[in-house]
Amino acid sequence: MRPFIYERVDSAQSALAAFAGAPVDADRQYLAGGTTLVDLMKLDVMRPQAVIDINALDRTAAGRIDVGAGGLRLGAMTRMAQVAEHPAVARDYPMVAQSLKLAASQQLRNMASLGGNVLQRTRCPYFRDVSYPACNKRNPGSGCTALDSLHRDHAVLGVSDACIALYPGDFGQALMALDALVELAGPEGERRISFAELHRMPADTPHIETTLQPGELITAFLVPAAPWTRRSLYLKVRQRESYEFALASAAVALDLTDDRTVRGARVALGGVATVPWRAQDAETVLLGKTLDEQAAAAAADAAFANARPRTDNAYKVALGKRTLTRALLQAAAMET
Amino acid sequence: MDDKTNPTRVDQPRAPLNRRAFLSAGVGSAAAPLFARGLHAETAERVRPAQDPRDRANLTLDVNGRPHRVALDVRTSLLDALREHLGLTGAKKGCDHGQCGACTVMIEGRRVLACLTLAVAAEGRPVTTIEGLAGPNGALHPMQQAFIDHDAFQCGYCTPGQIMSAVACVREGHARTDADIREYMSGNLCRCAAYPNIVAAIKQARTSIREA
Repeated sequence: MRPFIYERVDSAQSALAAFAGAPVDADRQYLAGGTTLVDLMKLDVMRPQAVIDINALDRTAAGRIDVGAGGLRLGAMTRMAQVAEHPAVARDYPMVAQSLKLAASQQLRNMASLGGNVLQRTRCPYFRDVSYPACNKRNPGSGCTALDSLHRDHAVLGVSDACIALYPGDFGQALMALDALVELAGPEGERRISFAELHRMPADTPHIETTLQPGELITAFLVPAAPWTRRSLYLKVRQRESYEFALASAAVALDLTDDRTVRGARVALGGVATVPWRAQDAETVLLGKTLDEQAAAAAADAAFANARPRTDNAYKVALGKRTLTRALLQAAAMET
Repeated sequence: MDDKTNPTRVDQPRAPLNRRAFLSAGVGSAAAPLFARGLHAETAERVRPAQDPRDRANLTLDVNGRPHRVALDVRTSLLDALREHLGLTGAKKGCDHGQCGACTVMIEGRRVLACLTLAVAAEGRPVTTIEGLAGPNGALHPMQQAFIDHDAFQCGYCTPGQIMSAVACVREGHARTDADIREYMSGNLCRCAAYPNIVAAIKQARTSIREA
């Protein structure tokens, strides 16, 4: 690991001050749980020169969970396990709790903050291993090793000719499906964006992964209350039963009439895309339909209509469709 | 090692020099200059940015209820600090990348991975390691005893992490069913695949460990 300057801060303001105080040309990183950053520093993939430890912010508003009539406010420094096990979150927003509970291990969930979770980097093996010279995400303009190498775990949606690296997260799919907002604190003040605006598709600049400005800090996620949040779930299909990234996953939320007609639907997909992926085409197909197997399958077809599979990851299209179909039918059968 | 090639060996007392004692001795001598240096440090609540990234950070780690003053390169993981600087070799280095659970310790009562925790970031947050589990009189913790009773290991390398994780699993209330135990212990890998015995050990110990 390369040397860095370490500073610990105890508020968003002091975090921003520390960021501004470090040399402008230095690679400056905020350290929360460290489950991505420390790992990638050991691998020499990330090489920050200044590390600003924001863990003490879990004792501020950024460490709080608030459940109100208007929705959820999840402080960005709450840990995954805290939110996964919060009774009101599990009851009223089961998709949110499940997306966190089904990710990583309890040790990692105790460490990882929500803010860090959504910013976790790809698990693409060519990104994580610096002995591969070609990686447009790690080394802009160097090419993409994955395109012509084994790419079984890579994305089929949102891909470009420069990068097919998968967004590995689960919680991000829940935020995507439920129209969450992100609260940011930055050098220019505070602002609020929709979660859908946070991540950038790779296009020809895969090394720029988010729309965050330099120094900007995520302070909270806001999940608005809606008629579909109680009838929601996160279904994750994996190589092994636990402690594994998704091969395919689906975050679905439904508002149904008594005769199972769809009044509202929210769908996001994981394990298949380069960014947290909202499947609005699938939602449109479902509106006004009776939610049966045929309607669910039609929605799944729509969700993957623009998929661009390659040799090794073509299975993700079929698996992703079946995962979404099953998730929709399970959500329809939920007692709410 | 061939004793004839090691002349210092003959001058040493014939007291048993097992691996653990050898490691502790090595750590003691290596740590001495660090402690000496630490004496000159001011007591600081907050770690201030060093002028030079190669400067050591003076910090106090609270481990198993005892304060330890150390001067560390800020790159040092909590795992390396425990093993190499404090002589607490119970937490094991398996993958060193947060994938195996062998380094599991508790910080503020929550189980975490010491390999992905920077030691400087653990300052001010009490750490418990496997060495802190047994009672003051050396009586084994019920979970330690249960692992022995159920033969819940073969090589034993993952065991300290398994036991720390298992204690936390019970306290969290995640050990009520076999399925829960398997799910919430999934972050601790066992290459010997002692999993059925680990589940049995946790079921034995859960009755005597109060849930938080």
